[in-house]
Amino acid sequence: MRGHGMKRWGILLGLVVALALPWLVYPPIALDIAVWALLAISVDLLLGFTGLLSFGHAAFWGTAAYATGLVALHTGAPFPVAVIAGAVTAGLLAAPIGYLSVKRTGIYFAMVTLAFAQMVYFIANQWRSLTGGENGLQGIPRDLFGVDLSDPFYFYYAALPLVLLGVFAAWRIVRSPFGRVLVAIRDNPARARALGYPVERYKLLVFVLSATLAGLAGGLHAVGHGFASMDDVHWTTSGQAVLMVVLGGIGTLWGSVIGAALVVQLEDVLATAGFDGTGIVTGAVFVLVVLLFRRGIWGTAAMWLPRARRLPALSRLARRGPGATPSAPAPEALVKKGA
Amino acid sequence: MSGEDVMGTVLAVDDLSWHAGGARIVSDVSFSVAEREFVAVIGPNGAGKTTLFNLISGVLRASGGSVRLDGADITREAPQRRARRGLGRTFQTSSVFASLTVRENVRLAAAARRGSCLRLWRRADSDAGALATADEALERVGLADRAPEVAGSLSHGDKRKLELAILLATDPRVILLDEPMAGLGAADVPALTEVIRSLDRTVLMVEHHMNVLLDLADRVAVMHHGALLAIDAPERIMADPTVRDAYLGEPL
Repeated sequence: MRGHGMKRWGILLGLVVALALPWLVYPPIALDIAVWALLAISVDLLLGFTGLLSFGHAAFWGTAAYATGLVALHTGAPFPVAVIAGAVTAGLLAAPIGYLSVKRTGIYFAMVTLAFAQMVYFIANQWRSLTGGENGLQGIPRDLFGVDLSDPFYFYYAALPLVLLGVFAAWRIVRSPFGRVLVAIRDNPARARALGYPVERYKLLVFVLSATLAGLAGGLHAVGHGFASMDDVHWTTSGQAVLMVVLGGIGTLWGSVIGAALVVQLEDVLATAGFDGTGIVTGAVFVLVVLLFRRGIWGTAAMWLPRARRLPALSRLARRGPGATPSAPAPEALVKKGA
Repeated sequence: MSGEDVMGTVLAVDDLSWHAGGARIVSDVSFSVAEREFVAVIGPNGAGKTTLFNLISGVLRASGGSVRLDGADITREAPQRRARRGLGRTFQTSSVFASLTVRENVRLAAAARRGSCLRLWRRADSDAGALATADEALERVGLADRAPEVAGSLSHGDKRKLELAILLATDPRVILLDEPMAGLGAADVPALTEVIRSLDRTVLMVEHHMNVLLDLADRVAVMHHGALLAIDAPERIMADPTVRDAYLGEPL
């Protein structure tokens, strides 16, 4: 029962940090960390637990941002309703995209998802009457039954339950029988098929779930900033999310949160310092982490902490992730697998 | 040697062929396997044994001919459908879920049959029925004490045993074993032979250890250049001159 106790402490610590975040960092940055963490977790659900590298999650984040904005602007619905409408829209969009993508693996899957995301970008750019084109959607309201949420500090706490709901969903999915089948598919798809598992159907379902979580994050981001723009559907958003997952540690969920916190903080510090080339710095950090800690920050920490080995929760996480175990593929092997 | 459905026929293969780029890898293979019969498949490298298994299990789609399981035509069915009909197989190279525990590997196999895997909101270790099946299968192959270990860390011989446990947990009607002894040390062969003997199912097995298959097989099928050369009782196969020629005069 010791393991259960430690697990509970870990979750409690995570909650405390989540609640204290707007005191620790500038509140808008706290919200950015939370929503980017959720996006990174949605990517990790595919990359770490199913072995699918999606390079097109901007499509779901961005589509949800627009859908949330449109619902909030035109119906005046409370912001959680608008955000959930956005997440559902992202999930619906993911069904056909996923159906056409999950038959591919490795680098081909990454390329197909990127191609679909570029199509979404193109449509968002052309369909000005709906998306506002280059101007985007401005002035998205953040109404919640008349409560004044204009202060980012308070909005963070209004948005946090939705983020935590998304994180909790991902955590439950990973530990469910369904989640174990996903890991089995990642490890050995032919074997899973020979056992009778309809591999493509499982992949499609997790793809839709992942896109819905990405949409939840994208919708909250749009409401938090008050606008949805072409940046939200741009491929760099997809790349950023993948970068966060790899930085933090593939297949660990927690790693995605750490990766998101690091990248968002770093970009904020550099931007405030008036430094233009943020990409150079985040890129350099990325290269360093990949070279020095191939399992990502969390994956490496979980391996090094001598005590972590004895904690079932941590060591199981460390073992399960592809970046966190010798028997599972490193990131570059995931790409090779498709060849 | 025809694939006519005889009483008690479980698996029937009729004129089964597979072509790749003009080459006939498997050509017009016909045979049938009776309930609880043990058929060994032999032949030189490249004879088409694994391709035949891939055609029967659905990894490859046949270019011609048919495969029937319990009278139902499964020639066009996807591998997972065939598996759910009770067709189980192992692979030539060790094929386990490396990052899951030994017990999880077998539990997943048991759960596949029980259809309890689309549950998203439960804990994976809450399916008591599947776990019981898994533990029983591990017991049978002698891996019960390795259950909590990560499958990727097992020795080669234990991985082979784990594959058999996975197979047992799916409770298949027909079992295809593709070189289950490949890469095993001589010391491990007798134990695994006993596990395979205890399967007590309809089995089709590719194997190079002659003494193993002569010991286990009711009939031996010989493949050469993609064709079925002969299928008969082991002692008659041993005496067959065409079979000997296929092995370039090597005594079997």
